Amino acid sequence: MIVEVGHYALILALALSLVQGTFPLIGAQLRYAPWIAMARPVAIVQFGFVAISFAALTHAYVVSDFSVLNVAMNSHSAKPLLYKVSGVWGNHEGSLLLWVLILTLFGATVAAFGGNLPPELRARVLSVQALIGTGFLLFMLLTSNPFERLVPAPTDGQGLNPLLQDPGLAFHPPFLYLGYVGFSMAFSFALAALVEGRVDAAWARWVRPWTLAAWCFLTVGIALGSWWAYYELGWGGFWFWDPVENASFMPWLAGTALLHTAIVVEKRDALKSWTILLAILTFSLSLLGTFLVRSGVLTSVHAFATDPSRGVFILAFLVLVVGGSLTLFAIRAPCLTGGGLFAPVSREGALVLNNLLLTTACATVLLGTLYPLFLDALTGEKVSVGPPYFHATFVPLMVPAVVAAGIGPLLAWKRGDLAGALSRLRLALVFALAVPLATLMFAAKAPMLAVLGTALGTWLVAASIGEFAERVRLFGASPRETWRRAKHLPRAVYGMTIAHAGAGVVILGIVVSVTWETERLQVVQAGESVPVGGYEFTFRGVEDVRGPNYDAVRGIFNVTRDGDLVTVMTPETRIYDTSPQTTTEAAIHPTLTSDLYAVIGDPDGSGGWAARLYHKPLVNWIWLGAILVAAGGIVSLTDRRHRVGAPRRKAGRAGSGTARAARA
Amino acid sequence: MIQAFHRFLLLAAASCVVSLAAPPAAVAIGVDRPLPDPALEARARAIHKQLRCLVCQNQSIDDSNADLARDLRVLVRERISLGDSDAEVLDFVVDRYGDWVLLDPPLNVRTFALWLGPAALLLLGAGFAIAVFRPQRRSPEPASDALTPEERARVKALLERDGDAS
Repeated sequence: MIVEVGHYALILALALSLVQGTFPLIGAQLRYAPWIAMARPVAIVQFGFVAISFAALTHAYVVSDFSVLNVAMNSHSAKPLLYKVSGVWGNHEGSLLLWVLILTLFGATVAAFGGNLPPELRARVLSVQALIGTGFLLFMLLTSNPFERLVPAPTDGQGLNPLLQDPGLAFHPPFLYLGYVGFSMAFSFALAALVEGRVDAAWARWVRPWTLAAWCFLTVGIALGSWWAYYELGWGGFWFWDPVENASFMPWLAGTALLHTAIVVEKRDALKSWTILLAILTFSLSLLGTFLVRSGVLTSVHAFATDPSRGVFILAFLVLVVGGSLTLFAIRAPCLTGGGLFAPVSREGALVLNNLLLTTACATVLLGTLYPLFLDALTGEKVSVGPPYFHATFVPLMVPAVVAAGIGPLLAWKRGDLAGALSRLRLALVFALAVPLATLMFAAKAPMLAVLGTALGTWLVAASIGEFAERVRLFGASPRETWRRAKHLPRAVYGMTIAHAGAGVVILGIVVSVTWETERLQVVQAGESVPVGGYEFTFRGVEDVRGPNYDAVRGIFNVTRDGDLVTVMTPETRIYDTSPQTTTEAAIHPTLTSDLYAVIGDPDGSGGWAARLYHKPLVNWIWLGAILVAAGGIVSLTDRRHRVGAPRRKAGRAGSGTARAARA
Repeated sequence: MIQAFHRFLLLAAASCVVSLAAPPAAVAIGVDRPLPDPALEARARAIHKQLRCLVCQNQSIDDSNADLARDLRVLVRERISLGDSDAEVLDFVVDRYGDWVLLDPPLNVRTFALWLGPAALLLLGAGFAIAVFRPQRRSPEPASDALTPEERARVKALLERDGDAS
């Protein structure tokens, strides 16, 4: 019964989304107030119905209702509660439901708290949101219904993939979705602005918090996924340039560019059409990612061709959304004349460079991800595009971006002073040269790329802090004055400093851990000691352990340094009851400067056990840095400008959209 | 989209991290016997990183548990210990499996667009940016953009309130 209620609520949500997607849009065009006013209540009620639907599916998972096909396929009665709940979105149908839940949640948020938006803009934004929702709801109800019944119901479910039964992965998808779907807000605002023919500073201030929030969530989501790969896959790798990873990385790159260019619109009334285009592209990349992952096209072009119902729907939807929005853009963008002029060396110039590099990097990832598919589809020839390609193309694009990220914030708007900025960053320059020099002198091996990488990471951290010190006159003013300045600095500035420094920390973490890791792959006997990066791993043997729904073999390693016990590490290999698969649970001992990482493998048959032991210096800085990046975004989000809301537009904007466009 | 990792997972789980077909007792996470000469072993490992695990999704054979990946690792070590150069080893593998096995796609007619694409896009973008943003003679401001006295007063008030904030 509850399941049917969930199904019915989903159908009602679809009906409401059709209403929300049409009436307010037409009403805004005809300036018919009752239809404009419809948008708010409908958006809130629509969210309510999707929430009911989601709750119904969650209930089915929690009580293990195996008469529901989706539950029977993806859950098991013996699973811990956390994974029963996370199982809701651990599959195709449920993840779509989560997607729509978040989409309508954002719509309802705009409806409930968007009081400072002009009613027509709000109506148009909510209509575009609803049109996206319509596509997804139709897709679910027509091809991927999570509430399909299974008769007769099996006595137990097939279980969730053991690799997914992990806290890191349980929370990874919701964060990723909050990011992807969050960009739909930027998209809806962009389309609404195109229809209105008006993009101004106020518009940028409304869009920025949404983009910023989405971007923070996506940052956390990607970091969680990478962290999961690091500790769960058991190879100590954290990024594989896998197509599915790339699918989440592309919207992040485009979203990062969007964040920066929205600043220019807000402050200088320039780059308007480009910002709109980026908003469209960022969300389109989110949709493209869905298509890549959902249609099965990644596994094989031919698998896609043989079972095309889902893939064709997503592809058609994608073409409609991307094609439609780009057409609208092509028609209306000429109305959006830019304002402020600027010299090449200026804050605007630096942000244009940032956008050029980030979008090219994004396009490169897109090219590398899709190239094998296109080549296969067009010529039938197969080619692999792996990490070496991405390293060779992506890294060179990021080098100038990182250099510019250090200097850009010190350049003035309109016309900057490069020499002046550099002289104010001289301390950062000294650091950026000293650290790699020290590396060259003291490290046993120091490949040039690694030296360059440490220089870049140090530069970004030092320049970000240096720029902050400069703003508050840390040197050269009284402490009282510095404090006054620090207090009055907008939160957005703090956010930028934290996020940029965080990016530098990520770079240092990647470069140092990859270059100077120590790795021992060998068979160990009980009592045997293995030296790894200055530590001694002494293997004491294995023990059998019973978990809630798995059996595990647990290896025990005493780790000592100079004879003192540092820690006892207990990596496991787990065999789940419901699956023939084994999973590795790496043991990780983090210290401030490095991770010790141990994986236990299989017996060799004569008393020895296969083991992989690593010492990875600064590897945890990758995620520490990612947290800083996201924290910077959150701090920026609390900026007074966003809290008090955007400035109201000039009164008396009445008139048709084109009239306003001509004026804007 | 969440599936970012799910599909990766499912595939990895199905084919790489574990081998499903093997009985539970089979070696899932084995450790290869390295070549005795560390220099040769380092070369072998470097080559492993460039070769695709044929049954995985974009994983190299260096970090895959699939049986096929292990066989390929053994093969590479064998060729190296027989005195092959790195290029000869790669040629040997490519002869058998085609270019698809290379994670680092070679530059040829088929991958021309792939390798030149990023540079072309960068140049195109840079050219576009320069064309658009090149300082031009300022066109006369339309009258409607001029501020009214009230707006001027408001701007002044705002500027004074925000002080030196960025």
